[in-house]
Amino acid sequence: MFYRENGQFKTTYTADQQIFAIAQDRWAILALIAFAFIGVPMLADEYLFRAIFIPFLILALAAVGVNILVGYCGQISLGSGAFMAVGAYAAYNTFVRIEGMPLLVALLSGGFFATLVGIFFGIPSLRVKGLYLAVATLAAQFFCDWAFLRIGWFTHGNPSGSVSVSNLQVFGLPVESPLQKYLFCLALLVLFALLAKNLVRSAIGREWMAIRDMDVAAAVIGIRPMYAKLSAFAVSSFIIGVAGALWGFVHLGAWEPAAFSVDRSFQLLFMVIIGGLGSIMGSFFGAAFIVVLPIVLNQLLPALGSLVGVEISTAAISHTEFMVFGALIVWFLIVEPHGLAKLWSIGKQKLRLWPFPH
Amino acid sequence: MAFFLETLLNGLMAGMLYSLVALGFVLIFKASGVFNFAQGAMVLFAALAMARFAEWIPQWTGIESRWLANTVAFVLAGAVMFVVAWLVERLVLRHLVNQEAATLLMATLGITYFMEGLGQTLFGSDIYKIDIGMPKEPIFAFASVFEGGILINQEDLIAAAIAAVLVAGLSVFFQKTATGRALRAVADDHQAAQSIGIPLNRIWVIVWCVAGVVALVAGMIWGSKLGVQFSLATVALRALPVIILGGLTSVPGAIIGGLIIGVGEKLSEVYLGPFVGGGIEIWFAYMLALVFLLFRPQGLFGEKIIDRV
Repeated sequence: MFYRENGQFKTTYTADQQIFAIAQDRWAILALIAFAFIGVPMLADEYLFRAIFIPFLILALAAVGVNILVGYCGQISLGSGAFMAVGAYAAYNTFVRIEGMPLLVALLSGGFFATLVGIFFGIPSLRVKGLYLAVATLAAQFFCDWAFLRIGWFTHGNPSGSVSVSNLQVFGLPVESPLQKYLFCLALLVLFALLAKNLVRSAIGREWMAIRDMDVAAAVIGIRPMYAKLSAFAVSSFIIGVAGALWGFVHLGAWEPAAFSVDRSFQLLFMVIIGGLGSIMGSFFGAAFIVVLPIVLNQLLPALGSLVGVEISTAAISHTEFMVFGALIVWFLIVEPHGLAKLWSIGKQKLRLWPFPH
Repeated sequence: MAFFLETLLNGLMAGMLYSLVALGFVLIFKASGVFNFAQGAMVLFAALAMARFAEWIPQWTGIESRWLANTVAFVLAGAVMFVVAWLVERLVLRHLVNQEAATLLMATLGITYFMEGLGQTLFGSDIYKIDIGMPKEPIFAFASVFEGGILINQEDLIAAAIAAVLVAGLSVFFQKTATGRALRAVADDHQAAQSIGIPLNRIWVIVWCVAGVVALVAGMIWGSKLGVQFSLATVALRALPVIILGGLTSVPGAIIGGLIIGVGEKLSEVYLGPFVGGGIEIWFAYMLALVFLLFRPQGLFGEKIIDRV
């Protein structure tokens, strides 16, 4: 009833090709963004910002990057954590070494260097495919883990590889309190999500999808595999690099290489799987899910345990977390391989007819 | 020279152990087309089961002999791995027939997490030790040829021997028995194998069982060397470059790949490591595998993939 598109006629190609072609979608998204900018700061407290919203925004940004590479271009990558690390440490170096470096430029330089590293480690993808490539991307992961731990130059000579930043500000405004950090991340996320969405709708996005669906056939119809694959690696690692820089600068403040270990790579991959491969929207769902689930389990399990009179230790909670994650991934792959994003679009489809089934 | 030979030998024996883990990957991939990321978790799970059973059995039954307790623990852990194989087939693989390789890979990632959590819930998450009575003292060989001789770890020697026996046994099983032939048929073409009456589900259970037993042996050896703890699951990450170097579908590839990686790792660590700060073993193995891949994208012994539109 509320989600009918009857009567919304499109008379120009521009109108037909909007991101949100249905008026209700447009308004809903605008309302959501407005709520995120105005409503959430009024309602949420500091704990919510720190524990949920800021990690969610940054990981969603990273998941968008991973989704471009894995979901849109079909190059499975287990090395996303490495690109986050490169972004964080490169941003740190430009920020600390160059006097008066603005925060935004430092973050973008993190993205830039992540792009370079991403292209370098993407080169094998021209020759190696599928599972072999997935394992080959682990080379990036382990190399970066090692480099940031052992090469003192990256960490300004700190032997344990841990670094910290302070006094963040953008255009003269401080980014110190959780609220300011939240707004800063939100603004960046909205910007990058819009860019990414438009990119995957464009010619280059369609090239990526053609490569994903069958690279030999794509090459036959005139798509240059090298250009398509490397551009996917470049764009994806740029976004992941910026997310990594944000994770270090804004969320953690002080970090060490372990913050971007191979577990982070898997976590990003899970977000993309659970959220939906090949869907920008799905990246948000996946990130929200992965950020919220551990917190829910942490709260819920002790409560459930005390209900039946069993005390549940923290170790048991973390083991259960592992099991729930594992089971959920398998369950999603079996029941809904397109992830939460597919459920969302099924819901919308049903809503079109609601309340009359025909 | 003696030092070089010693490093080389150590590398070869470490490589044998990597091959053992890699073998589990190759077996499953050969017979079902699933890239089983969970092999590391299976090693951890099997080793945990073995370590805890060996500890519990004397308490339950009052068996004094360590040898007997270990044997019973081994058999019980093997039975546990059989149950795991059956459950994996029943709950996961059966529902994912004919899916893409990438989907199956991600499913095994899910299994990895589940098994890591379950293993530690059931068996505890402390550091345990498996004591199968391996001799710890190093022996000195070729003392007459080189000054001071070459230091060889007996433990490594025995482990390498066990690995070799296991590989030989598996090769015979694959090549000579009817089940082995059925496995290879399934690997070639699921549908064709089904149409001549090979039960796909049973074959999968068998393959995962064999991989489970291989994981158990690997877990036992690694566990008695390093202790059974969570980090054992990361042994799989050491074995991954081995299989992509050797080729995903080749048992000899896993062995030769393991030896190359083992030697490469040790030599690089000893001769290259000091210049760049050390600790380069793990990424050097991956880089080495990557270099091989650039020349042979299917690994040294992998099957050539022909793409058709």
